[in-house]
Amino acid sequence: MSGAVPPSHFEDLAMPLFDSLYNFAHWLTQNREEAEDLVQETYAKALKGFASFRLGTNFRAWMFRILRNTFLTSRTGLKATATVPLEPEEGGPELAVESTTPETILMDRLSQESVRGALDQLPVNFREILLLCEVEEMSYQEIAETLSIPIGTVMSRLSRARKALGEQLRPQVQGR
Amino acid sequence: MACESWQAKLDTYLDGELPSEQMRAYDAHVRNCLSCSSAALALVQRKRSVHDAGKRFAPSAEFRQRMQRSIAGRPRRSRGFAWMLAAVAVLVFAVAGLSAIRLGREQARTAQVYGEVADLHVATLASSSPVDVVSSDRHTVKPWFQGKIPFAFDLPELQNSRFSLLGGRMTYLEQAPGAHLIYQIRKHEISVLIFQESSLHGRLGENASPGRKLSFNLETWSQGGLRYFVIGDASSSDIETLARLFKTTQT
Repeated sequence: MSGAVPPSHFEDLAMPLFDSLYNFAHWLTQNREEAEDLVQETYAKALKGFASFRLGTNFRAWMFRILRNTFLTSRTGLKATATVPLEPEEGGPELAVESTTPETILMDRLSQESVRGALDQLPVNFREILLLCEVEEMSYQEIAETLSIPIGTVMSRLSRARKALGEQLRPQVQGR
Repeated sequence: MACESWQAKLDTYLDGELPSEQMRAYDAHVRNCLSCSSAALALVQRKRSVHDAGKRFAPSAEFRQRMQRSIAGRPRRSRGFAWMLAAVAVLVFAVAGLSAIRLGREQARTAQVYGEVADLHVATLASSSPVDVVSSDRHTVKPWFQGKIPFAFDLPELQNSRFSLLGGRMTYLEQAPGAHLIYQIRKHEISVLIFQESSLHGRLGENASPGRKLSFNLETWSQGGLRYFVIGDASSSDIETLARLFKTTQT
């Protein structure tokens, strides 16, 4: 299955992703108008490039990748990624999960606002990978395609993101 | 395997990304290990919290409709576009038709003026007295028109040219008075007719170029509020030369 997809199928494939793409865009831009612009530009680019899309390719990862790449080249995206910490991700040992820390145990009792606030505070590369994994429930392979990174990097970045989220929530856990 | 080793892969296990054989082994371990099952429960709760908290933003209904229109609306838009094209086509044809009618009318009026000019030229030359003022002196001919026509004009100096002035007469075009001058070059008579532009109601362009009409060569132009016609059976270059003499005289 590697043939071209008829252009008329674009709507059938793309519109079911609309809510997810908008949610992801809003998380990235943290602004409603910018999120709408981002989604709109994503669909325009996807529609334009749909002729090159081949059956057998992961359409969801393709759409999310277009959205993310569009975001990265936007003013907000450039600003957001300029603050991303430069940490080695390739080839390092897989980080041990601090699964028994109080914050992980009590997180389910935290309000949604607390978790959202913690996600907001994360660097964009951590925020996006957590959203793709936990909200979109993408496989590592899909995340790798979306972010254009190796699966090993997906695993290590995801681990760091989870740790960073735990650290964001630590004061709230300790304050209880 | 110590629990630390298991728990190092706990995230990968809960993400469902371990190879199937390791997944089965992990399932078996978690069922029998209190520490790992507690850790797994905590991480599942975290995943659920992030999952719920992450579903935070929903697009507005207006934006959804806008996007649907931009994608799904393509066939409808193309249908609308077709209607728009049809409407534009009808409009273009209508405008073109009206323009053609208008242009046709203008051309008919212009041709009528040229026809009348040619008639004046032919009728005058066929007359037994083509000119009322017989003189080759422009300083005689020009004053003769004073008081007979409502405008003044200058006649070119013909010295060192092959043209000679035979005389002039009053004439009428479109019921407006004008000057009719007769010139000669190598046995060819050329009529120069001068009228007020306003009397012709702008029926001719600024520099209308009628070319050859009724077997005559014709030059016409507008200058200083006057409309000039130079018509005759002389060559077009002679007609142009005489026209140029008039044009340079008036400036």
